[in-house]
Amino acid sequence: MAAQKSPSASAHRIPRIPPIGPHSTPFRSTGRRRRTDISVWVLSAIALLVVAAPVGWILASIVGQAVLDWHWSVLSTPSVGTSGGLSNAIVGSAVIAGSVLVCAGVAGIAAGIYIAEYAPPAKASFLRGASEILSGVPSIVLGYVGYTTLVVSFHWGFSLAAATATLTVLVLPYIVKATEVALGQVPTSYREAAEALGFPPFRVLRAAVLRPAIPGIATGLIVAVAIALGETAPLLYTAGWSDRMPSLQPVHAPIAYLPYAVWTFYNEPYPSAHALSHDAALLLILFVLLLIVVSRVVVLTSQRHAPTARAKRGNSLRPR
Amino acid sequence: MLNQSRQSHDLDQRSSACPEGSQSGAAGGTELPPQVLLAAPPSSPAPPLPPGGGGRGGGGQKRRRESQRAMKTFLGFFAALPAAALAAVIAALLVKAWPAILYNGTGFFTQRQWQPGGQYSQPVVTNGISHPLGASYGALPLIVGTVESSALALVMAVPIAIGTALVVVHKLPPRLSTATGLLLEILAGVPSVVIGLWGTIALGPFIARRIAPLIAHNVPDIAALHFLRGPVGYGQGLLTSAVVLAVMILPIIAATTRDLLRQVPTDATDGAAALGMTDAEILSAVTLPWVRAGMIGASVLGLGRALGETMAVAMVSGAVLGAMPSSIYQAMTTIAATIVSQLDSAFTDATGFAVRTLAEASLVLVLITLSVNVAARLLVRRVASTALPVGRGI
Repeated sequence: MAAQKSPSASAHRIPRIPPIGPHSTPFRSTGRRRRTDISVWVLSAIALLVVAAPVGWILASIVGQAVLDWHWSVLSTPSVGTSGGLSNAIVGSAVIAGSVLVCAGVAGIAAGIYIAEYAPPAKASFLRGASEILSGVPSIVLGYVGYTTLVVSFHWGFSLAAATATLTVLVLPYIVKATEVALGQVPTSYREAAEALGFPPFRVLRAAVLRPAIPGIATGLIVAVAIALGETAPLLYTAGWSDRMPSLQPVHAPIAYLPYAVWTFYNEPYPSAHALSHDAALLLILFVLLLIVVSRVVVLTSQRHAPTARAKRGNSLRPR
Repeated sequence: MLNQSRQSHDLDQRSSACPEGSQSGAAGGTELPPQVLLAAPPSSPAPPLPPGGGGRGGGGQKRRRESQRAMKTFLGFFAALPAAALAAVIAALLVKAWPAILYNGTGFFTQRQWQPGGQYSQPVVTNGISHPLGASYGALPLIVGTVESSALALVMAVPIAIGTALVVVHKLPPRLSTATGLLLEILAGVPSVVIGLWGTIALGPFIARRIAPLIAHNVPDIAALHFLRGPVGYGQGLLTSAVVLAVMILPIIAATTRDLLRQVPTDATDGAAALGMTDAEILSAVTLPWVRAGMIGASVLGLGRALGETMAVAMVSGAVLGAMPSSIYQAMTTIAATIVSQLDSAFTDATGFAVRTLAEASLVLVLITLSVNVAARLLVRRVASTALPVGRGI
């Protein structure tokens, strides 16, 4: 009815601007519309600059401070009180990140596979919800619980095991989510083809489902490593700190890690401690940049053969 | 993905694993437990395809079902881990905090003092709860500080994130838009303790010297704006904390908004363009309404992240216990920053009451962040099926 009426109605009065949306009124002048248009894009461009500025500023201020008092011996000597080097912290961070990668990787990928492939819908939705809620628990709360239970009640002391368990809980949701999303993007036809070939269930999973999902899962693992390297709050009261190089003893052996150096040494009044704090921050930034490069390489190698529809169209708001 | 050689290779694996097959001892038989199979590396190049593939009898079917069940159990155990961890964390907090909840009562939410009580006097027992003499805890300043700094951060971050996403999706050439994505990834990936260090050595002094005087001396002297006036401090306080938090949640909101904008159907925007709308009109009439729910969800998720942020805030807030800032330049503290700075000294309380109080504070923080997170996810799930990213990260 409305569609039939509109031609006759528009014959009397053609609106200059279609009255769609709350902000477009039919009688706004062209000049004002153009000014609005320009100011929207100018403000957006300023917003982009405001985002870019802190990135450059953070990198510049940290690198600037760290370069001033950088000694290569930082990489080779362990800390002595609030001076010395950071080799114990570098190795310790690597050990913690590695053990978190193994523990959280196995558990997270297995959980992601179960939720994506095997769980009935209601169960999957519950498990997914629990994982998402867990990701919202602040890291300091996990650190607190890790301290009062693992370190104190279980008598593990400040240790690699307590740190790994706490961080595993922290990064688990990221790996679960990444695995689940990656598996969800594998076409059903792959599974059907593998089933039709008579593969046993494991082989269907391994050959047809997991293999195409590897880039997505790898990205999730990289995110987990980045978090494990950079988190401070959950480690302060679970890993402790030690001037010695880390042993692989799981309990009763405090272990050094880089974020501790940034946080604690900055609060010390000595210039040598401040220098170590800046150096540790620089090393953390370098590790993060390295991980970003690795994840880019993973994504690029997997996407090389899959151009998107958006890439063909271009990104303009209006058609060419 | 499954190219010819891999198909034949896998088919061969299948036939070798079959009980009827003549070969034995090949990698990955059905007798192996699932974890071995999952971890099995790809084996050597495939020998030629046997004729007829793998035949299958009743025994194979049974074994197939058994292995399927074994794998489900194995994977299901790990799938229950996040839920179990969540339950364990909340249970541990509740058990630890229960006496503190009883003793502190409602005063915990309305009072401002943080008195651990006399550490060297004899402990007192009230209603069966042992605590130091004169222990009295009120978390109002922490709760207010947490909410204030995060809300202020959200107000700063959301418009900037939306503007950035609009430019990235609609104006920048692909190469530059990839570069901006990289910027956001770096910002999201920089550890919070490093951002805190930046806030201490660079941002704080800059705000104290340049930004704060500019605002404080030019804001009109009316009662509603008094929180913007007053002494500008030394760069550690509510404003610096909020800016640092805004920087930290920007990548989540901007990246999610960008991804949502890319999903807006071009039919709708093309139609709007054909009707003669300007870009601004298309954005306000078509694009932004389309992504609104997801954007609100992402913003609230960023809010949840800001509420729980610890290290950066502990470094730039001034971390003054019990401080209720009357202007945005004054020192304050948050629940998370208090937990991290007080846990050490709390363990000097022989009755353990200070630790229990921190558990109560943790519980309050968890309740706030979780309700915000759940609200964000419900909101997004109800309106759109867009999956939100899990928290912060590259």
